[in-house]
Amino acid sequence: MSPVSALVIVCGLGLVGWAAGRAKARLHLQAGTARPHSLPAYHGWYVAIWTILPPALFLVAWGALAPGLITDAVLRTPPAAELPTAAIDRAGILSEARRIGTEGQATAFNPLSARLAPEYAAATHRYNLYGAALALVLAFAGGAFAFTRVRPDFRARTRVERLAMGGLLFASLIAILTTIGIVASLLFESIRFFGMVSPIGFLFGTGWSPQQVAFSDPDAIFGAVPLFWGTIFIGAIIAMIVAIPLGLMSAIYLTQYAAPRVRAWMKPVLEILAGVPTVVYGYFAALTVAPAVRDFAASIGIVSATSESALAAGLVMGVMIIPFVSSMADDSIAAVPNAMRDGSLAMGATSSETIRRVLLPAALPGVVGGVLLAVSRAIGETMIVVMAAGLTANLTANPFASVTTVTVQIVQLLTGDQEFDSPKTLAAFALGLVLFVVTLLLNIVALRVVKRYREAYE
Amino acid sequence: MSDIPQVELMRMPADAAPRRPTDWKTESMQRRIRRRYAAERRFRLLGLAAVLLSAAFLAFLLIAMLAQGWRGFTRTEIRIEVDFPAMALPLTPAALRGGDADRLLAAAGLEEATIIAAERTLGPGGDRLLSEAAWLTMREAIRDDPSILGRRAVLWLPAADPIDVAAKHAGDPRSEAAYARLRDAGLVRTGFNSTFLRDADATDPAMVGIWGALKGSLLTMLVTLALAFPIGVLSAIYLEEYAPRNRWTDLIEVSINNLAAVPSIIFGLLGLAIFLNTWNLPRSAPLVGGLTLALMTMPVIVIAGRNAIKSVPPSIRDAALGIGASRIQVVFHHVLPLALPGILTGTIIGMARALGETAPLLMIGMRAFIASPPGGLTDPATVLPVQIFLWSDEVGRGFVEKTSAAILVLLAFLLAMNAIAIYLRNRFEQRW
Repeated sequence: MSPVSALVIVCGLGLVGWAAGRAKARLHLQAGTARPHSLPAYHGWYVAIWTILPPALFLVAWGALAPGLITDAVLRTPPAAELPTAAIDRAGILSEARRIGTEGQATAFNPLSARLAPEYAAATHRYNLYGAALALVLAFAGGAFAFTRVRPDFRARTRVERLAMGGLLFASLIAILTTIGIVASLLFESIRFFGMVSPIGFLFGTGWSPQQVAFSDPDAIFGAVPLFWGTIFIGAIIAMIVAIPLGLMSAIYLTQYAAPRVRAWMKPVLEILAGVPTVVYGYFAALTVAPAVRDFAASIGIVSATSESALAAGLVMGVMIIPFVSSMADDSIAAVPNAMRDGSLAMGATSSETIRRVLLPAALPGVVGGVLLAVSRAIGETMIVVMAAGLTANLTANPFASVTTVTVQIVQLLTGDQEFDSPKTLAAFALGLVLFVVTLLLNIVALRVVKRYREAYE
Repeated sequence: MSDIPQVELMRMPADAAPRRPTDWKTESMQRRIRRRYAAERRFRLLGLAAVLLSAAFLAFLLIAMLAQGWRGFTRTEIRIEVDFPAMALPLTPAALRGGDADRLLAAAGLEEATIIAAERTLGPGGDRLLSEAAWLTMREAIRDDPSILGRRAVLWLPAADPIDVAAKHAGDPRSEAAYARLRDAGLVRTGFNSTFLRDADATDPAMVGIWGALKGSLLTMLVTLALAFPIGVLSAIYLEEYAPRNRWTDLIEVSINNLAAVPSIIFGLLGLAIFLNTWNLPRSAPLVGGLTLALMTMPVIVIAGRNAIKSVPPSIRDAALGIGASRIQVVFHHVLPLALPGILTGTIIGMARALGETAPLLMIGMRAFIASPPGGLTDPATVLPVQIFLWSDEVGRGFVEKTSAAILVLLAFLLAMNAIAIYLRNRFEQRW
């Protein structure tokens, strides 16, 4: 019996327990001898929880423990005595035997694993039975214990609610666990990387060619400055040159000038721009925008124009960012007190004078915060640059040349064949760490700016 | 209000001791007013231009995808007359009806039979006009109606990719000429490409389909929803209703807000390091993709859920507490049902974002070439956006329209999800 079917049976028992507990509590209610503390359903839940929770936790623990026990059992069988002593050969044969015995792989590469396979199947079967039997015993014991406690004066609701509270707290701890998981996995692999490559060389070196990892000194080929520059050039310069004017002017027009009907139609249209998947933008950039940019560059006499220009990726990324800038600008303009606007208009300033000289200066901190958030979004963006920007690390300010970014290189380093100990693979985690830290700082600064500015007017 | 920026117009001349009313009729004042009004109009037009430019870009993108994508749903078929009795295939209708049809068809040498039939109909080299996978269509035809084995039958088989591209007026001269000959002989037609909606990835653009990627996406989304929705809603409830104000709660809030802003590729690195390399879960599986996307979607659901719960007025809670409900009952019997439409709207928007996500899934190996739809959560699979990315890398001309067609399918799904979210918001949103 597999652990999954054991779990299903346990859940079925839980259902029975729920009905039984509720029925018993109902009998007490009908007998009317004492005023019960909890409604019958809470008694039902109490029994169900005692029936399901202990065996479920046990099965999870068993799932982590059983593979080791099964391997031990197989190693104690006679055919295992012929296993080679080298750890890597042993592991290969054992895992092949496991695949044949339990996952239905048909052919054996190694004859020994074919003989070990039945042992594996038998051991797996045996340990699954042990696990299922123990789980069922736990379910019955827990259910019976809870069932005997169902009495009119038993505070089932308090117990059930305490557990529900625990569940809520656990759910919200997942967020912390995820953060810890991200930081830990990035840090752990980065530390291994910096054991092979010096952090100074990584952060300040200007030569990036990880493909030559086998031939040269790692300190010379893992200089990430060209990547940082490419990321800033595309995400924080070109994209922002597109997104800030368009986003800001769109927000101004839609909040200050447009008729309500126009606003009701155009605002969702801008929001659609934010909802288009980035892979679609990337395809559009690579297929339509990049050749157009290259032809344009060639027509104004730039010979080195490539179809993987920084400009094409940056332009499309800027369009993607427009809605972010526009909605942040929208919020911060709306937060300026109306008295300021009315005062300016009352003194005879035109609408545009009011906007430029009163509303925008007052809303500036909010707009700057929004732009910082947009930058953090743009430098973490992956698909547009993977599909439209180049792979070669160039330290150039020519928008028609090909530059590469941090995210492109992470994808590049981690796809294809991976050896998990080579500095090439680990470099991706170091780049990820830098990206994580920079976006985190940008977000913290941006939120602080926006918050302080909101407080100024409230 | 001393920090209001000074409006320049209001500056008085320093020597204006006896104030006279401004004479607006003078030439200089009139010019000044005209100039200011012109600036006003320019500014306004600039704003309108910004809005229109953004909208025009969206329209351009959609039109470009539609113009290429609709061709991906059609395919060119060539009329081939097959004389089955003369082929002497080792198949009989009776044997095919008796169960074991797959094995018999696999061993019947249909690939050669298709080539022979093509050369008989189209002349020497005629098989090159047909897709390499045309015999699969013949196999389907035989499977559907074994009785055609006993007679001459007319089959419409998919054309080779260059012919298909030529039929759509984008081919090279040789293929165009070959297509023109076929067309003049009445041997071609354009049919609905049912393969595209039914099959998975293939090396021949005429035979690719998106069903495999679509199914991978659905399985992945199932895992994501099953994990992110309960965890997201429960933590939103905890943070909004029960959490004591202390350092731990602050830590949880800070991590949720940060997770919502972390670049998606970082979640891919997390999935690679923890789910694949530490927990040894299978690569390329919808299970791992769903886990990774769930971690990414959960903060979105938490934030939307908190806003929805916050908007339920305190009087509801007070009333429930007043008639003796416990704190858990207040939330689960009263607050949560009222907040549910808002939570669902946020969930759908978060799921739509997860459906369009590509980068983290590349990290956990979902970019492999998968030629059959996944059967379960642990089978190797790919998802729609990754399939789009893979096809966009292919060199074959036929892949351009297939990529755009896949994008149309993805956009249709996203549009449907967002429409549902907007409907829910409008239908159930309550103003208190």
